[in-house]
Amino acid sequence: MNALFSQQNRAPLAFAVMALLLVAVGMGQSWPYALAILNLCLISAVMSLGVNIQWGYAGLLNLGVMGFTALGGLAAVLVSEAPVLEAWSVGGQGMAVSFVLVAITIILSMLVYRNMEACWQRRLTLAVLYIGAFFTINHFYEPAVKAIESVNPATYGFLGGMGMPIIFSWILGGVMAAGVAWVVGKITLGLRSDYLAIATLGISEIIIAVLKNEDWLARGVKNVAGLDRRPVPFELDLQTAPWFTDMVQSLFSGRLAALADSERADALNQLVIQSSSIFVKLCYTGLFTVVLVAILMLSMKALNSPWGRMMRAIRDNEEAANAMGKNVVRQHLQVFVLGSAVVGIAGAMLVTIDGQFTPTAYQPLRFTFLVWLMVIIGGSGNNLGAVFGGFFIWFMWIEAEPLSIAFMDLVTMGMDQASDLRMHLLKSAPHLRLFIMGLTLLLTMRFMPKGIIPEETRLHSV
Amino acid sequence: MPEFVDILNAIVLFSNFVLVPAISYGAQLALGALGITLVYGILRFSNFAHGDMMAFGTMSVILITWGFQSMGISFGPLPTALLALPFGILCAIGLSLMFDKTVYKFYRVKKSAPVIFVIVSTGVMFMTNAIVRFIIGPSDQRFMDGTKFIFRPREFKEFTGLSEGLALKSTQALTLTVAIIAVAALFYFLQKTRTGKAMRAFSDNEDLALLSGINPDRVVFITWIIVAALATTAGTLYGLDKSFKPFTYFMLLLPMFAAAIVGGIGSPIGAVVGGFVIAFSEVIVTYAYKKFFIYLMPESLEPSGLMQFLSTDYKFAVSFIILVVVLLIRPTGIFKGQSI
Repeated sequence: MNALFSQQNRAPLAFAVMALLLVAVGMGQSWPYALAILNLCLISAVMSLGVNIQWGYAGLLNLGVMGFTALGGLAAVLVSEAPVLEAWSVGGQGMAVSFVLVAITIILSMLVYRNMEACWQRRLTLAVLYIGAFFTINHFYEPAVKAIESVNPATYGFLGGMGMPIIFSWILGGVMAAGVAWVVGKITLGLRSDYLAIATLGISEIIIAVLKNEDWLARGVKNVAGLDRRPVPFELDLQTAPWFTDMVQSLFSGRLAALADSERADALNQLVIQSSSIFVKLCYTGLFTVVLVAILMLSMKALNSPWGRMMRAIRDNEEAANAMGKNVVRQHLQVFVLGSAVVGIAGAMLVTIDGQFTPTAYQPLRFTFLVWLMVIIGGSGNNLGAVFGGFFIWFMWIEAEPLSIAFMDLVTMGMDQASDLRMHLLKSAPHLRLFIMGLTLLLTMRFMPKGIIPEETRLHSV
Repeated sequence: MPEFVDILNAIVLFSNFVLVPAISYGAQLALGALGITLVYGILRFSNFAHGDMMAFGTMSVILITWGFQSMGISFGPLPTALLALPFGILCAIGLSLMFDKTVYKFYRVKKSAPVIFVIVSTGVMFMTNAIVRFIIGPSDQRFMDGTKFIFRPREFKEFTGLSEGLALKSTQALTLTVAIIAVAALFYFLQKTRTGKAMRAFSDNEDLALLSGINPDRVVFITWIIVAALATTAGTLYGLDKSFKPFTYFMLLLPMFAAAIVGGIGSPIGAVVGGFVIAFSEVIVTYAYKKFFIYLMPESLEPSGLMQFLSTDYKFAVSFIILVVVLLIRPTGIFKGQSI
């Protein structure tokens, strides 16, 4: 029995169980539903890999996952929406001037910082510079924003994007997240572990606040819906395409032949509609799997390379690594940027499959802490563990809701059908999933602190 | 030169929209930050579950308040919630002692790294959050009763003859009073009593404290009691002043942490000062000064825009920027942190 659960067998076993669970959902509930869960499992696995790069390799406690996910989402909008030319013509100039001014401010402040001694005069100069810059930039920025946001506010009111296929946003999302992570890392990575956690938590809130309020960027809380330059065909197009109907016909020929002629056309129609939805989801599954496998391979290679060894050395003993001449802060910055880029890619993938960008949907519990659960429960430091965590926790997150309702139903069965308490309990049952998540985390930390698929212990014989 | 009346009007305007709200918000933040700072100083970790513990305590207070109201018990002109507060505190104490025994104690004995504590406290955060949402639901609750205003803007205008009104909500006065009493009691306890001194010693140097015969379990026990009491009081005052919503309380974590760190984490006096620093900056930076300047400036110089530095939606950004600046310039906070 113990041999069955040994270190090597853990990963295959865990993934087999996961596959069984998904198949069970497919048979028990429905296949499109199971595929929808699977697709989000794949995205979650990518996110979890990103966090694992930061936490598992380097021990960085980044609680700003939500912010980087949202940046990936923003990239999806910026890539796939058509440019709103009218908005560009009324406000583009003002925006451009503001951005040039921001750049000048940054360069100036860097010059001041480098060339002056650290004293109160420097602080004063910087303060005056920033205050002056604030008012100057606002002078150009505010009218531009007003002009852009008043261009047909019901449908546009923003600058639009590049009008390219949304799949390119997977790259841009990674790049944008990496860029912001570089700035954030520069500021915060010198901090102690729990300060870093609070700082990143705060930064992710700021990113969301900016996305909600800067309507010229991505319409803010008015959302951007209908991101339709997607990489897979549309269900409706499939249903009218002859080749797809033929394919369905040949796939289900046995079942169709058993029917009477009068019912056949109807049944075929039904099958085509069902299959089109499954087909689209399978296309996504394929794309996401490619991304996941690529990132997973790269991560595993990186972890086993000299670079990975150095990261682990820094994680396990910062001072010793420092004494050996490793630049701890620089390596931390590097790993922070890499991990955030992966999270950004996942964020863009998420908006791709949703087809819309809603800044209010970004909640820290769902996008930061849930991803953390995935890494810790899956097995921090082990890439396969992180992937499994992504699958398993997302599955639980989705299925815990119907399960808790069913559980409540069972518990309250003895009560009067219409009693207030029963009603309340049934209505509140979905919140139990947070409870289950917290409990799972605590139990894992207590009894299996290395996660379900733990990091390999590398013992070198001397 | 603006007339004397205009200056007075500007001052009243400023007090009504900046001073009074910032003072009461600052007092609420200070109480919350005190809890965070105590946990950090004595138990030595950043407690991410603090916001949700506040929510749990407040929820208990609300439920008991409703019970009192249905029994017809009231507190005269004061809100009934004040009567329910001690019972709510008891519930919060129960919860935090339960979590300490089942969760934190294990890692304390093992002397785990602070990061592990942070992760574990997010687990506790999830569970507390779920309990609160399960019992009272995720939506807004108002539980304020009693007199609403000490004086209304109209009464103030009639009394002074100025064209600007000043309102003083009873919750604002109440917040300040209760906060002053709570902070005074806490400082008396920490400075003068034997147990308080033991706690400070424990925070300063654990090994020395153990050597001098201080019982660590007792120190931890009392810390949780104080923290739960402070959190529930802060949460109830905030809920009376604004409204109760589990998500808002979770989000209060950020300004509270900012307050604790700005003041110097581990230092109680720092937490109080930090609370007011954060509250004042948030309100001052997001207030639109247009009307204020109209009173003070000659007509030709009147501002055209709203004269607002940042829109109110960036409130969190303000507390955060202060946090980062303090961490970069003076990492130990205003008052040297790390000791109690």
